[in-house]
Amino acid sequence: MAKFKGRVWRFGDNVDTDQIIPAEYLTTGNPAELAEHAFAKVRPNFPSEVRKGDIIVGGCNFGSGSSREHAPRALMGAGISCVVAGSFARIFYRNSINIGLPLIQCVVDVEDGAVLEVDTDNGIILDADSGKEYGFSPLPAFLQELFDAGGLVNYVKRKMGV
Amino acid sequence: MSRTISEKILNGDAGEIVEREVDYVMVNDVTGVPAFEALEEIGTPPILEKIVVIEDHYVPNKDIASAMQAKRLRDYVRKYNIKHYYPVEKGGVCHQLMIEEGFAAPGRLIIGADSHTCSYGALGAFATGVGSTEAGAAMASGEIWFRVPGTQKITVEGTLPKFVMGKDIILTLIGDIGVDGSLYAAHEFYGSAIRALNLSDRITISNMAIEAGGKAGIIPPDDKVFSYLDNRVIGSYKPVYADEGAQYADTFEYDAGSLVPMVAKPFLPSNTSPASELGGTAVDQAYLGSCTNGRIEDLRVAAQILKGRRVHRDTRMIVVPATRDVYMRALDEGLIKAFIEAGAYISGQTCGACLGGYMGVLAEGERCVSSTNRNFIGRMGHKDSEVYLASPATVAASAVTGHITDPNDLD
Ligand code: SF4
Repeated sequence: MAKFKGRVWRFGDNVDTDQIIPAEYLTTGNPAELAEHAFAKVRPNFPSEVRKGDIIVGGCNFGSGSSREHAPRALMGAGISCVVAGSFARIFYRNSINIGLPLIQCVVDVEDGAVLEVDTDNGIILDADSGKEYGFSPLPAFLQELFDAGGLVNYVKRKMGV
Repeated sequence: MSRTISEKILNGDAGEIVEREVDYVMVNDVTGVPAFEALEEIGTPPILEKIVVIEDHYVPNKDIASAMQAKRLRDYVRKYNIKHYYPVEKGGVCHQLMIEEGFAAPGRLIIGADSHTCSYGALGAFATGVGSTEAGAAMASGEIWFRVPGTQKITVEGTLPKFVMGKDIILTLIGDIGVDGSLYAAHEFYGSAIRALNLSDRITISNMAIEAGGKAGIIPPDDKVFSYLDNRVIGSYKPVYADEGAQYADTFEYDAGSLVPMVAKPFLPSNTSPASELGGTAVDQAYLGSCTNGRIEDLRVAAQILKGRRVHRDTRMIVVPATRDVYMRALDEGLIKAFIEAGAYISGQTCGACLGGYMGVLAEGERCVSSTNRNFIGRMGHKDSEVYLASPATVAASAVTGHITDPNDLD
């Protein structure tokens, strides 16, 4: 239920969680601290140049590999507003929905630095430069409910009546 | 209505989202603290009998940051009086320990905040990796949501050639279908070659389902599993088998006799070649360990190859028994002595260098042949280091020659 406008960081296929946050930095779960090392090995300029609201665009199988929730936490800590990819690895997908990082499954043909406008209500991504539009399907109803509840912790609290 | 094993354990049809009660929820020293934080945020008492806490990734503490993290985990363990708690000296690599300690069993539904939780599929459980927040939520509520996966049926018939192990079967499959070939799907394995495998090789196969993007890698349980669980399993269990006429999303068939020792080159587990074709690839390190291949059966195969031979002078070999039990058995069987005599280094039970933690981290430009499961960029160290995934037999043969070697080619 949101609109995002942001600058694109473009990645390819099979971006694994070791790339997003290498294992040597897994000694904290704090999003801001993790963000200082996001993509440290493959895009060393990312932590210093990322700006609040930026959008990550990947190819297929984004977030593959380990179950480390530190990966979506690092991206949230870096201020990433949403991740757009052709497909997502399943644990990364779960983790992101559970902690409130919006994921959009859509194949988008843009380069680094492009500006995208993402409208999750209507399922539309607009490439602000070219004017090209891409459609995407909404989350399944259950996951939307969970996301709208503010993530899994709030959903479980509500469900357990605490 | 005919169902697959996953559909039966999750009690739903492929594609459906369900909320189900889990039998166990496991966390380790990397994922545990954020899980307990989620539990505290929810604010209800944890369901103690379902929770298993295992230290393995960065313990014994590798630096101050990991020491602080492990201490926080232990503080939570004490605060809640967690009864299934395994400090590293009593345990080892979490997945092997979950199996040894009798938590994993046929028909059970188990989650773990570690992606290789899918290993327990080798015993006929539906087991899958989750994140920390949901592990914490499951500690509080006992349940979690699942999207019921479609199932891919893989059949391997015939007799495996000498030195072809479970690792070679799963690397061959991942090479064929790709690292997202099983995205959101479960595997079910059948065939005479699978039935003939020991439990250890089956665990290797289930362990790497995630490397194809899979959610679970399930092998229908048989007498080998039941007898392993005798005097070991906690509580009772009920094996689950697929119904006649269950619907499979895909089917794959292999002739075991045509399989060869395989290696996955950097930087994807799907980037496979027969070991025999990589003879020119020199290795600085040969690593034997991990939840994939750090069991006693793996150590036996490697020690057999090393017997009467020596590790090559330009290669260092590191052996890390997965658990305390594996270590003690290796001591009793004389394997540790054999490794040391051959020139290998032995470490206590830990995840070690599998994830680039410590105990064998790679320098810039170094290359490692490894019995682990991931060869991503920088997985075991410097971003310009390389990991070649292989079976324990291929790791041992390569340690002897100093370059990647099909164990059948050793003289
Ligand atoms: S041995 Fe490696 S793959 Fe297995 S749990 Fe430890 S770090 Fe993960």
